[in-house]
Amino acid sequence: MRRFLLAAACVLTCLATAQAQTLRIALREDPDVLDPTIARSYVGRIVFAGLCDKLFDLNEKLEIVPQLATGYEWADSKTLVLHLRQGVVFHNGETFDAVAVKFSLERHLTMQGSFRRGEISNIDHIEIVDPATVRIVLKAPTSPLLAQFTDRSGMIYPPKATEAAGKDFSQHPICSGPFQFVERVAQDRIVLDKFPGYWDVKNIHFDKVIYRPMPDSAVLTANLRAGSVDLAERVLPTDVAAIKADAKLRVVTSPALGYEGITFNIANGDRSKAPIDQSALLRQAFEAAIDRQALVDVVFAGMYQPNAQAVSPASPFYVPDAAPLSRDLPRAKALVKQSGVPAPIAVSMNVPNTPDRAQLAEVIQAMVREAGFELKINLIEFASSLQAASQGNFETYLIGWSGRADPDGNLYAFMRTGVGQNDAHYSNAVVDELLDRARQVSGVAERRALYAKMWQAQRADMPLIYLFTPVNIVGLSSKLTGFRPVPDGMIRLRGLEMGK
Amino acid sequence: MKSHLGSRIAQIIPTLLLVSILVFCLQQLMPGDPAVVLAGEERGDPQVLAQIRAELWLDRSLPVQYFHWIGNVLQGNLGLSWHIRQPVAQLIMQKLPVTLQLGGMAFVIAVLIGVPAGVIAAVHRNGFWDYVANGIGLAGLSTPNFWLGIMLILLVSVNLGWLPPSGYVPLTEDWRQSLATTIMPAFVLGNAIAAILMRHTRSAMLTALDQDYVRTARAKGLKESRVIIWHALRNALMPVVTLGALELGTLLSGAVLTEQVFSIPGFGKMIVDAVFNRDYPVVQGVVLVTAFLYVLLNLAADILYVVINPRLRSS
Repeated sequence: MRRFLLAAACVLTCLATAQAQTLRIALREDPDVLDPTIARSYVGRIVFAGLCDKLFDLNEKLEIVPQLATGYEWADSKTLVLHLRQGVVFHNGETFDAVAVKFSLERHLTMQGSFRRGEISNIDHIEIVDPATVRIVLKAPTSPLLAQFTDRSGMIYPPKATEAAGKDFSQHPICSGPFQFVERVAQDRIVLDKFPGYWDVKNIHFDKVIYRPMPDSAVLTANLRAGSVDLAERVLPTDVAAIKADAKLRVVTSPALGYEGITFNIANGDRSKAPIDQSALLRQAFEAAIDRQALVDVVFAGMYQPNAQAVSPASPFYVPDAAPLSRDLPRAKALVKQSGVPAPIAVSMNVPNTPDRAQLAEVIQAMVREAGFELKINLIEFASSLQAASQGNFETYLIGWSGRADPDGNLYAFMRTGVGQNDAHYSNAVVDELLDRARQVSGVAERRALYAKMWQAQRADMPLIYLFTPVNIVGLSSKLTGFRPVPDGMIRLRGLEMGK
Repeated sequence: MKSHLGSRIAQIIPTLLLVSILVFCLQQLMPGDPAVVLAGEERGDPQVLAQIRAELWLDRSLPVQYFHWIGNVLQGNLGLSWHIRQPVAQLIMQKLPVTLQLGGMAFVIAVLIGVPAGVIAAVHRNGFWDYVANGIGLAGLSTPNFWLGIMLILLVSVNLGWLPPSGYVPLTEDWRQSLATTIMPAFVLGNAIAAILMRHTRSAMLTALDQDYVRTARAKGLKESRVIIWHALRNALMPVVTLGALELGTLLSGAVLTEQVFSIPGFGKMIVDAVFNRDYPVVQGVVLVTAFLYVLLNLAADILYVVINPRLRSS
């Protein structure tokens, strides 16, 4: 009998241990293609955080810290020397070295359909100094480059396996991260197994990670509470109270890097002829009529941070002088009067059809009405809203951006004349020059000063009203320790551990 | 009868071709350029857009795109998902067992509840059990799947901890876990269909019970249970079979909300995600396979008519 009890206890313990070794993570969407070079989605980056190590990583203070590269130095303003970690192997056994770095960066730069090309396009060529050192020569000084290496552009592939896989690489991605790819069932799960050859394997405490997409917030919260997932990313502020009320769970927050804002169509086609798109005074009046704090209180349970600039308050590049102003209705009315446009002024706003954005638009509608704006909300499915934005088929557009660690990633592609996501076709020579200069200098204080100047120039034109910075909200089991809330919102698996 | 079945089978190919043309044309009406969606952050770069359009044949004329796609389909190649770069056939093969299992279980639950409830309601016309069955039917029809699913998760999984709240385990992997993960969504789906089946069975049974052959059977002194099951129900089942085939077809085309609530990776979730991502090859592939299943079910219903009603065998 005693033997039986002992055996039963052993089996139960083993079962419990076996269960604790699998980490189940709920994602808000199903990731897109699992190839860092051609991947586009934010949620895909979360999976890559377990699968693919990068040259550098970010810490909680947004400082750039070593990962596959142990250090760097600028030989001159256009030459970056990287020192690589030794003893690292890829999931297929290939060795990580300078050849792999050169191969991967060149793949990012040249592969058909690469979404990384724009991020590192200032790289002229890559030289192998020795197996543990590479020299990256740039076309022009580019200070945001290191920050790009903390994301997908810094992910390194094994050359032989990647070449052999060709276009099918995404079906079985191979990198050098703490976990290796096992299977993907679209819309259901992505399964990764612990990689025993990982260079920091002592800090990996799970045998398996399962990522499961759960787009509906109520479903996600129910799964957390039922214990069928251990960690959920991007929990809605409105679900936080329910999670906090459960003793088995806890909530961790960190300011995000992105923003939510209203883009005005300054010069993109016929619809830019609307009075609000033609008058900076009206746009300033529109902004003065908005109460940012009330917006986040009503729609996001007061958890998000009002913000009037593209840069997150968590970033060292945040400009304190550019803090959001309070709502000023008399000023808004005076600006409308000064513009000479008779009220009510009709304004149409394209709004991606999600519940929180629809609610946000309705609150804005009520606020700006008092200043003389008749806001018409045009709820539109997300993909259609993107096309409308590209084609200039909008007067104003309520849209957000997930954000990047370097402020350049939040500004350049939106404000620089004629580039990628400048759907407003905004153009200001002073802004362009300041954005270019901020890329060329490397000191934080110096760059912040340039962004502060740019902010002032941009505010006079007001092509985009920044509303707030979201907060990364992660719901997780109280037993889970070692979670590091980094503002980029990625779930880093090193150090994560399930307690008893 | 054989010639009838032969002609029905022969109709399958033109039906599927028509479906393929329809789905191809209809999705062109969807707003939103797939190239813009796929370009993501580089959507403002005309070169990137042109490159994507060229790669996906979106820069060719519609007839050329259609014949390119259907040519590949006829060779067994449904193409590659634009969104996640996996073969569409592989995606469908991952989802098909899930959808078949969930749809099948939901249908069994619907039949087990709906048909007996309809028979009981008809036999006890305007009586207590009729009102009870009608009440349950009305509740089943008017309860939104989404709400019922969330309530079941909160009650059965969160509070009682009896069943997993979401996910799917294949039958071949662990049949107990598989049933545990699918029983709640199957009940939610089957619940609404049970109500429809109950209403139709009741109506058909009421008509059948008034027929002369039922009166004759009773006059012959047959037991009431035999009269109801063998004489009335067998004839009343004809419209129920038609309805059942249609409902099963609907189940197999995916149950979007229920799959979403229970995180079941079936056809419904796949096609909705594909539409939002403008992933045309996946939309086309799933619609084509679903249409094929629908056609097969209708054929099965035709065969079942003959089994149920011997008079059709000679016609």
